[in-house]
Amino acid sequence: MTAAPERVVLGFAGMPGAVICVRGCLFAPREERKLSKLTKSMAGVALLASTALAAPAFAEEITVATVNNADMIVMQKLAPEWEEATGNTINWVVLEENVLRQRTTQDISTKGGSFDIIFIGAYEAPIWGANGWLTPLNDFGDDADYDLNDIFELVRNGLSDKDGNLYAVPLYSETSFTFYRADLFEAAGVEAPTEQITYTDFADLVSKVHDPDNGVFGTCQRGKAGWGENMAFVGPMVNAFGGRWFDMDWQPQIDSPEWNAAITYYVDLMNNYGPPGATANGHNENRALFADGKCATWVDATSAANYIKNPANSKVAEVTDFFQAPKQETSNGTGWFWSWALAIPATSQKIDVAKDFLKWGTSKEYFQKVGETEGWVAVPSGTRQSIHEDPRLLEAAPFAETIKNAIFSVDPANPTRDPVPYTGVQFVAIPEFQGIGNYVGQQISAALAGQSTVEEALANSQQFAVREMTKAGYIK
Amino acid sequence: MARAVSNGIKLRNTAIVGTLGFLMFFPILWILILSFKTEEDAIRAPLEVLFSSGWTLESFTTVQERSDYFKHFTNSVVIAVGSTFFGILIAVPAAWAMAFVPAKHTKNVLMWMLSTKMLPPVGVLVPIYLIFRDLGLLDTRIGLVIVLMLMNLPIIIWMLYTYFTEIPGEILEAARMDGANLREEVLYVLTPMAIPGMASTVLLNIILAWNEAFWTLNLTAANAAPLTQFIASYSSPEGLFYAKLSAASIMAIAPILIMGWFSQKQLVRGLTFGAVK
Repeated sequence: MTAAPERVVLGFAGMPGAVICVRGCLFAPREERKLSKLTKSMAGVALLASTALAAPAFAEEITVATVNNADMIVMQKLAPEWEEATGNTINWVVLEENVLRQRTTQDISTKGGSFDIIFIGAYEAPIWGANGWLTPLNDFGDDADYDLNDIFELVRNGLSDKDGNLYAVPLYSETSFTFYRADLFEAAGVEAPTEQITYTDFADLVSKVHDPDNGVFGTCQRGKAGWGENMAFVGPMVNAFGGRWFDMDWQPQIDSPEWNAAITYYVDLMNNYGPPGATANGHNENRALFADGKCATWVDATSAANYIKNPANSKVAEVTDFFQAPKQETSNGTGWFWSWALAIPATSQKIDVAKDFLKWGTSKEYFQKVGETEGWVAVPSGTRQSIHEDPRLLEAAPFAETIKNAIFSVDPANPTRDPVPYTGVQFVAIPEFQGIGNYVGQQISAALAGQSTVEEALANSQQFAVREMTKAGYIK
Repeated sequence: MARAVSNGIKLRNTAIVGTLGFLMFFPILWILILSFKTEEDAIRAPLEVLFSSGWTLESFTTVQERSDYFKHFTNSVVIAVGSTFFGILIAVPAAWAMAFVPAKHTKNVLMWMLSTKMLPPVGVLVPIYLIFRDLGLLDTRIGLVIVLMLMNLPIIIWMLYTYFTEIPGEILEAARMDGANLREEVLYVLTPMAIPGMASTVLLNIILAWNEAFWTLNLTAANAAPLTQFIASYSSPEGLFYAKLSAASIMAIAPILIMGWFSQKQLVRGLTFGAVK
């Protein structure tokens, strides 16, 4: 009972410890017991905390920030091969696309240096590269084994700045085309188009296969607001109707008759032949609807073809075919262009290791490995010439040729009928576009939901775009 | 007659509370259901999901294979418990001073502390990010312990202050007269009396820190990422991940749910401490 008080020192490295009594200090046994329990548990917690807080760091460890999609899941699965071969290790940080974009922007702009490799799109690569945020990858061209020229020129250009500096290497690329149900077309006596049709013809065709009583809607298109959601479909459609985001003086053109015609067409098409609640549908929702046999047509990413044509996922794998995304006043910019690619932030301290991984993850051998282990239908499309010519791919995925041709038909440098000062089909490659695109997406979604008229939505959008462009200094 | 009306009201109230409770619980229930479905079944119409699809553990297995759950779990435990522990360590003396030795501006100080919670966290994100970068605290557990402790400190101090003001100052005076010094007074007289209140403060703050998603997502990358990032990694606008996302969510909330379930008596006792006199 008279034993000397025991003391426990709590503290972290470099911090003064707090000294508390554990036993035999003072006061009645009951309080002592209670307190003893409390302090013991606190001591335990502190020990746990101090042990856990002192995590060691390894020299050859790189951190890769990526989105969660099928191709990256495959890369994560195969990456241990690279780790074993090189002795390096990878920490994967997987985040939702928008969270990832915000998180990496914040880290790179503040030179945080949290990531060694980041997964970015064709929108970010040239802008971030020009800001000096990314490490140029021009030296990949000197590596004969890597064979940079085997990557499609269109894709390389999309990931380079105006001066031709390459800032990212692609994992896959996509454009948009029309998925259609060949069985429903045949049953309705509609002939599938072999040439690019107009949106007017498309609406006519959709009206013939629209059969809501039997659970099939004429068309499913994106309605969920966002520059990467509904605007990915709406943008190329506006291009087709002869519209453009800005004129040569960077004056917004969103209240133009061309935009009005395009958005009125979109709202009418969706209200007449779309599924109910289309404003909640993005790429995922439409993909699920189409795979479940609920849609007769769907204009969306070529990268979804692998999924739709896989009988394990899709009820309509055998009866789905494709044709080009429609045109209207012009055929310029009617199919979007997007590429998911890997880049190295300029703040990375392990650039050589990161480059080595990038070369491995986008090499011919990697894509072949994916084909051999995951099946050739799972090989990321639209990246390498040699892979698209591989007979094993052509046999397993005959539509790969259609995808390649669709991608080749896109010209991001010439996306509209009238001249524009920007590049990009479904986006404008300026930092301000993200905010403007999201706002316009919300306005168009509101018009689709019937909360505002098309005119109101476009007037609000124009006003917003003018304000943002003035603030950013484009409009004097 | 009066009894019959009273029973009717009781029944009605029970029905209302039951319905509200069910509505509040429904999202968690739905996540639980989806976590036992395949991805293809998870996107079916709600009635089909419930009645015409099978049950599977596939999503849990896949999530466990793809992600290191235990690493994220350990981070969550360290961050939640650590921030609460240090918060309590600072808050007890602060609340004691304000409750038992109030000064002219005590109320203003309390109000000022609370006012720090009125600023949206995103407003200080960049400054804190830069400070963390310069101090080498980005993606470290100690960094998150500090930031979450600072974020929750006003709540801890306010709660403890409220509990301490319920304790008669005379008891502390008696301890002083018996020769207890300040440290002994706080540790051996005040603390045991305030244990129910402190316990509920600790539990509530562990829950708040466990669920905190803004700072834990923004200040971490790979090493210190807790379960919030574990959930975020299964969210995707491209591809079907509803079942896996649900499984990840269930795995992330299960520990805190279980803790809350077992400690609910203590939690309620602490929250109603001093309510009835």
